[in-house]
Amino acid sequence: MLSGILFALGVIGLLVRRNLVFILMSIEIMLNAAGLAFVTAGARWAQADGQVMFIFILAMAASEVSVGLALVLHLYRQNQSLDADAASEMKG
Amino acid sequence: MNIVAFYIAAAITIISTLLVITRKNAVHALLYLAVSLIAVAVLFYDMGAPFIAALEVIIYAGAIIVLFIFVVMMLNLGKQATIAEGKLLRPDMWIGPTVLAAILFGEVAYLLTRGKTAIPAAHIISPKTVGLVLYGPYLIGVELSSMLLLGALVGAYHLGWHRRPKPETRDVSRNYATRINAVGDTVRTGSDRPAGAA
Repeated sequence: MLSGILFALGVIGLLVRRNLVFILMSIEIMLNAAGLAFVTAGARWAQADGQVMFIFILAMAASEVSVGLALVLHLYRQNQSLDADAASEMKG
Repeated sequence: MNIVAFYIAAAITIISTLLVITRKNAVHALLYLAVSLIAVAVLFYDMGAPFIAALEVIIYAGAIIVLFIFVVMMLNLGKQATIAEGKLLRPDMWIGPTVLAAILFGEVAYLLTRGKTAIPAAHIISPKTVGLVLYGPYLIGVELSSMLLLGALVGAYHLGWHRRPKPETRDVSRNYATRINAVGDTVRTGSDRPAGAA
């Protein structure tokens, strides 16, 4: 239940905020909630698989946040703002 | 598994996460995010996963928060940032995370001192079993995550590579797309001649 609340908070943060750094933080919160659910399930059935899955989620979160923050830096250099709406025009 | 400690840490997690998504300043939100991650680590320790708790503190609260802080510092939002820095030194910004972290610290101290005498109800899964499972049935997952990390490394390096604009064109064309058209792409693979012309 706690992990559900945490995930919901992450989704709310993702929807409400328009700052790209806050959006990335919300994604981190959601990944953390998913990992918490895995570890809780692993502790409930006394298996190590949940913790293994958490390690995979950890690696995924680390790589995701590094690429995401690099993209944020790139976008900030492009249009001098961190607003997600500022990056909405796509001239192809 | 200590039920009281579990619920205190859970409440701290929810409160600090709520504060993360309602802060206006990114640095304050990062402080609360660090508190939230540490609270989740305490939850893991309480649920009998000490290895995962250590990983959570080291990687999430250590590495990822440091990455966020670096980016927030690199973005450096100008005049706004200096005003915010003046606010940051006021004690009322520090009281919230400090109180939450102090509650967590007291809880960890209690668990470490009293936890040994009480019989843990939940099974404590040791790092040895985690390692055995990780490198046994999940070996292909380890290989895949190593490739994922390598890809992330290369991607972040490529994206973070600062393509320095020429000084005279920097102020004329602020937009990156027009700058590319004006100066030309600095990385060009292959030749400009059509294939078969030689």
